[in-house]
Amino acid sequence: MADKPNSFQDIILRLQHYWSAQGCVILQPYDLEMGAGTFHPATVLRALGPAHWRAAYVQPCRRPSDGRYGENPNRLQHYYQFQVILKPSPANAQELYLNSLKALGIDPMLHDIRFVEDDWESPTLGAWGLGWEVWCDGMEVTQYTYFQQVGGIECDPVSVELTYGLERLAMYVLDRENVYDLPYNDPASPTPLSYGDVFLRDEREFSAFNFEAANTEKLMIHFEDAEAECHALLARALPLPAYEQCIKASHLFNLMDSRGVISVLERQAQIGRVRALAKACCEAYLAGTDPAAAHAA
Amino acid sequence: MAEFLLEILSEDIPARMQVQAADDLKRLVTDALTDAGLTFDSAVAHSTPRRLVLVIDGLPSASPGRSEERKGPKVGAPEVAIQGFLKSSGLASIDQAEIRETDKGAVYFAVRSIPGQPAERILGEAVVSAIDGLSWPKSMRWGAGRRRWVRPLAGILAIFDGKPIILTDANELPLAGDSTVGHRFLSPARFSVSDFADYERQLLDHHVVLDREKRKWRILGDAKRKAEDIGMRLVPDEALLEEVVGLVEWPVVLIGAIDDDFMTLPPEVRRTTMRANQKYFTLEYPDGKPAPRFVITSNMATDDDGAAIIGGNERVLRARLSDARFFYDQDLKTKLAEQRPKLAKIAFHAKLGSVLERVERLEKLAMEIAQSVPRAKPAMAIEAARLCKCDLVSGMVGEFPELQGAMGRYYALAQGAPDEVADAIRDHYKPLGPNDACPTAPVTVALALAEKIDTLVGFFAIGELPTGSKDPFALRRAALGVIRLIVENQLRLGLTTLFDDALNSYGNLAVSSIDQLLPFFADRLKVVLKERGVRQDLIDAVFALGGEDDLVRLLARVAALQKFLATDDGANLLTAYRRAANILKIEEKRDGASHDGPVDPGTLVEPEEIALARALDSAAERVDPLIDTEDFQGAMSVYSTLRPVVDAFFERVTVNADDAAVRRNRLRLLSRIRGTLNKIADFSCIA
Repeated sequence: MADKPNSFQDIILRLQHYWSAQGCVILQPYDLEMGAGTFHPATVLRALGPAHWRAAYVQPCRRPSDGRYGENPNRLQHYYQFQVILKPSPANAQELYLNSLKALGIDPMLHDIRFVEDDWESPTLGAWGLGWEVWCDGMEVTQYTYFQQVGGIECDPVSVELTYGLERLAMYVLDRENVYDLPYNDPASPTPLSYGDVFLRDEREFSAFNFEAANTEKLMIHFEDAEAECHALLARALPLPAYEQCIKASHLFNLMDSRGVISVLERQAQIGRVRALAKACCEAYLAGTDPAAAHAA
Repeated sequence: MAEFLLEILSEDIPARMQVQAADDLKRLVTDALTDAGLTFDSAVAHSTPRRLVLVIDGLPSASPGRSEERKGPKVGAPEVAIQGFLKSSGLASIDQAEIRETDKGAVYFAVRSIPGQPAERILGEAVVSAIDGLSWPKSMRWGAGRRRWVRPLAGILAIFDGKPIILTDANELPLAGDSTVGHRFLSPARFSVSDFADYERQLLDHHVVLDREKRKWRILGDAKRKAEDIGMRLVPDEALLEEVVGLVEWPVVLIGAIDDDFMTLPPEVRRTTMRANQKYFTLEYPDGKPAPRFVITSNMATDDDGAAIIGGNERVLRARLSDARFFYDQDLKTKLAEQRPKLAKIAFHAKLGSVLERVERLEKLAMEIAQSVPRAKPAMAIEAARLCKCDLVSGMVGEFPELQGAMGRYYALAQGAPDEVADAIRDHYKPLGPNDACPTAPVTVALALAEKIDTLVGFFAIGELPTGSKDPFALRRAALGVIRLIVENQLRLGLTTLFDDALNSYGNLAVSSIDQLLPFFADRLKVVLKERGVRQDLIDAVFALGGEDDLVRLLARVAALQKFLATDDGANLLTAYRRAANILKIEEKRDGASHDGPVDPGTLVEPEEIALARALDSAAERVDPLIDTEDFQGAMSVYSTLRPVVDAFFERVTVNADDAAVRRNRLRLLSRIRGTLNKIADFSCIA
């Protein structure tokens, strides 16, 4: 597949095909709103404990404050990440990754691909790792991270996480300067549709929701409900459902943030509350892992 | 003599860490060799984004053997002692011990010769402990391994005298024997090397320039030449070059174009976007005007001569500059003064209020300071202070915090502010370090001082002082900035008054450590002056006077003092001062009373003490006006006339006379010597 993909969805299909061939479980998106593909339990929770794991999936991401009512050519409040997690990180991880670019029709012999220091940290997840942002001709195409801690817990073995920003990557591979001009399906299709045809209206309406319409009092109530529910579920030793409540709380926080109702001081405090949930979920998840079921390395 | 070559191949090492890591590697390995007694002629370290390399030359094949002696019991000592000696020295029987005649008779000695160790073994141990001993700003684990390094290790090449060596305790290390790889894309195949010369040559064949300086020259040379070819020149940027050279193994310089639309943006905006985000160098025309081209340092040579790489980089820059353009246009729609209320939402510090409150303080303080800065119009200082932080809430500074100040200037100019005000907004953060230019424009100087004093007084008041290497609010830098602003502009300001003004503008702030602020300045001043060869004790001596907080006058005193003490008269007078002070100290302690007080002319007996009293009277008369007019050099010349009189006094006159009145009077004379000299500085602090 050295030829170029012809559409947004072709890029996704190629990545799924490539990582499937590398032995990954190809998951479908998690059915909750989240700010990044990392939040998916397939990354956060599976990065913990000794069990080996390989997965790849597309995850829709919501960053309410990045909405621009569909008027900015490269900022969206809803976009897609392609996420790969390999645990333990294999010795040839960089090579595997570079081959995935070839699968997208990026010929490394014609481009300038670089690994530039970029350490990753998620205060809400109590997680951090070291790695790079990968540059292709000066553009960041992937975040590449070796997880060191998740939920405040040391990762052992260490996972490598690859996060492709799909829209940006597609604009590069398909040579479009405006995200809404990306061909979503095959341009030769009887019904060729652009990214704008599919999502422009969503961007407009959701920007209005994020910035203007979301009921901030209700958001706060929902946040507190989610927090309480999370604790209640943890008390019943149900870390997976509890973690869903944590994901919800995190998204509700992002919505309140984009509504501008959180002051600088409150911001830290609220991030701390979400982190406390994430840590508790991670600890409970690890406690509930049956060691006998884990692959020994 | 043999050579040792070590290459540590790694996944990409952050650019900022490479040089330090290569140096540390060299230090760790060579220290280990030295500890093991292995000598060498030279050791050189190299670094690229993917490798740390060490070559050590002039190594022997083994460390020299040595012998160890242990003294035992006397010949004929009890059997228990002999057995104990055999056990502790490791000898099988006493026949193996040497017998030597000593003062105490014949004594057993155990002499053990310790053979030298093969260099190979010493190196094999040194390498692994150096790899694990390197300290990184941040390190990580990978896979299922236990080792920590900056990024996953990819291969260890270690060759001694042409042959790969065995590493001790090399578990988990990816051993590569005598082989390595070249450029990730251009020459990925593995190849073997025999020694350093061969290694460096083959690396070059495999598209890796090992020597950092050579890469630097290549980038710089190519960039300059390519710029000249199109009638432009490179804007030098040493810091960027240092970073870029750590991002490439095979530097290929390419030139990209900037769309005309973006050439109307402020040059700082373009440059920051290009530099911070993209690591591009800026080009200009020979007349200094910005040129619509930029320099990419790629790590690839391609068949299309970089066409695709240039195209991609131009696209990225276009997107980035479009964002910048959007912010700039948006920001210009709002007047700076209208942004001001938003500063209430930004915290300066939890205990020190918002940035808006800070700005309100700065207005008062800058206005007061402006009165002491020649040609600074107070009204302009107030206006500059009022607007100086407004750009913090602009879209552009939100995106590029390093443009704070610079954007404020543009936005102020766009709404018609005078140049002096706009420049003060831009430069009031300066000087940012010892090498940064210090402002000289009067309004800027007033605001820059106000900004730093407000910070220092605030943080000292709430007890947030720098400790050791921790200075999170950059208070040392602020104090150095104040010193430079005052001294380089020769401003006549009392620091204490400034601190009081600043503290008053804070209103009712609980003051915890404010009294430590002046000593903090004294310490900073010593640091500055030390570099200029000024004696630390002289600064202490002047600070010890207490009231001296005018830095310009303080430095004049110190300078005059240093010059004076370098002369014979000065040195002798200092000796005399000490003699006087010592006698006084002893006698005042004995008497339990001070001997300060007027000298009674009627009780003076000896001609030398009469002469001294006259000389001190005349000196005081002449010195006081000189000190008032700050002619400290002049005052020193007066002091130098005292020397023969003082010397004669000590030579001929007995201070502790039998007559109590005469004795008291003579002690008062000594006290006058001390008092007279102490008008310039506390001479007792002088070392």
